[in-house]
Amino acid sequence: MSLGSYGVRHLQAFFGALGRLARSPLASFLTLLVVAVALALPMGLKLFVSNARIATGDFKDAVDLSVYLKTDVALAKAQQLAANAKARHGVADVTLIPADQALAEFRTYSGFGAALEVLEKNPLPHVLHVHPSPDASSTADIETLRQYFKAWPEVELVQIDSEWVMRFNAILDVMRKVLTIAATLLGLGVVAVIGNTIRLEILNRRAEIEVTKLVGGSDGFVRRPFLYTGLFYGLGGALLAWAIIMVTVLVLEQPVATLAQLYGSQYSLSGPAPDDVGLLLGSGAFLGLVGAWISATRHLSRIEPRA
Amino acid sequence: MIVFDRVAKRYPNGREALAGVSLRVHPGEMVFLTGKSGAGKSTVLKLIALLERPTRGAVIVNGKNTNALRAWQIPRFRRQIGVVFQDHKLLADRPVYDNVALPLVVADTPLREIDKRVRAALDQVGLLGKERMSPLELSVGEQQRVGIARAVVSKPPLLIADEPTGNLDHDLALEVMKLFKRFQEVGVTVVVATHDLELVRQFGQREITLENGHVHGGAADDLPSVVAQR
Repeated sequence: MSLGSYGVRHLQAFFGALGRLARSPLASFLTLLVVAVALALPMGLKLFVSNARIATGDFKDAVDLSVYLKTDVALAKAQQLAANAKARHGVADVTLIPADQALAEFRTYSGFGAALEVLEKNPLPHVLHVHPSPDASSTADIETLRQYFKAWPEVELVQIDSEWVMRFNAILDVMRKVLTIAATLLGLGVVAVIGNTIRLEILNRRAEIEVTKLVGGSDGFVRRPFLYTGLFYGLGGALLAWAIIMVTVLVLEQPVATLAQLYGSQYSLSGPAPDDVGLLLGSGAFLGLVGAWISATRHLSRIEPRA
Repeated sequence: MIVFDRVAKRYPNGREALAGVSLRVHPGEMVFLTGKSGAGKSTVLKLIALLERPTRGAVIVNGKNTNALRAWQIPRFRRQIGVVFQDHKLLADRPVYDNVALPLVVADTPLREIDKRVRAALDQVGLLGKERMSPLELSVGEQQRVGIARAVVSKPPLLIADEPTGNLDHDLALEVMKLFKRFQEVGVTVVVATHDLELVRQFGQREITLENGHVHGGAADDLPSVVAQR
């Protein structure tokens, strides 16, 4: 057995499988379509989540902590606490808003200026505005930070600004879990669909398989064209899924841009990144091969030549 | 070339096709396997080609005890045996050329070599020039000859045929048998199962007769030593 003739065998199995797909275009297309939809759904969901993250990316800055100190804490102490807070891991910046400044702002903007004159002393505490660093902005990180500051004896209250952003991020986390589950289930579906298609093809070509085994064709030789068929279904389905996603992005692009504009955002819908496409095509090809392998190994061993 | 040592074969349905058959076929010999249908002729051939495994006893082909062969070794084993069937088992959706080339293709033979050998095999059975035709366009006799070309294309040392003339009239049958004789003359061991006794007598080759799963005649003087000592 020379390497050259082995390569030729592979080419023959490759084109043979391709030819058989082309000979029953409608049936092949329907299988491709099922595979494509099963692959496009999780990939679409993934794009939705990543787009949602990009669209709300600005919100990250909005997740701040307001640390209200007790009213009896002196300004010097507050400055020291601000320095301590800034040294804490996961904190990007700390702004101290002294009570006097807060009162002055309140007087200017609230419209209660005259009423405040009545007060003998400033009722407002010193406040630390803690801005977390971007890599520590997850719901869990923020909560840890909140607990940390709350434990300080000088702290009266820690308020997380924009809690809804955190809720939104939590929803995205749930979506990501759903995405993983959906991708797993649909991947199994792809394996089953391709496996079943291969099973039918094996049954259709029973006579040919028997004769091939009879003249000394090895299991590997008999299996080869079916593996190529599975690969084509998987890869073809993935390409079709890519097309479906691109068309969807194209259709949604304009309305999403309009929506973003209404919210004063420069955001525009982004299609799959190159590594997303790689993942899509790779998993399509892989699932196709796996489905074909399982089916071929199961069903080919049952076909033995009869005289 | 072939040794059957007290071989019994019982099928899953309970039918006992062979009940302790011992026989021997020498290299280069042409042997007719005769007997009524159901006597066990086909079972003997199936055991030789490893289409079935013996229930008891040993089948030794070309020096190899088939009981010792593992599943993955069977394809390589079968490539040493050319098999011809009554219904020829050709693939109707492939041209004659592809049908004949199949045993070479599965053995990873280089393309140029395949081309040469397929033409040689078709020439030997008198069908050169019909490579591109579908088996369905050929007559029954021609189809059987394509089957023979496929069986000999890889030059196997052993050729077995199960009722190869069953569907042919006398003239065509004689022609096919002469073809087998010609392969024997160039050194191939040939075993032909047939119930056509008249045809067998015309060739004057050794005849092993089976009856109800026993050897009835033709193999007694030729028992393997292990059996003779019994």
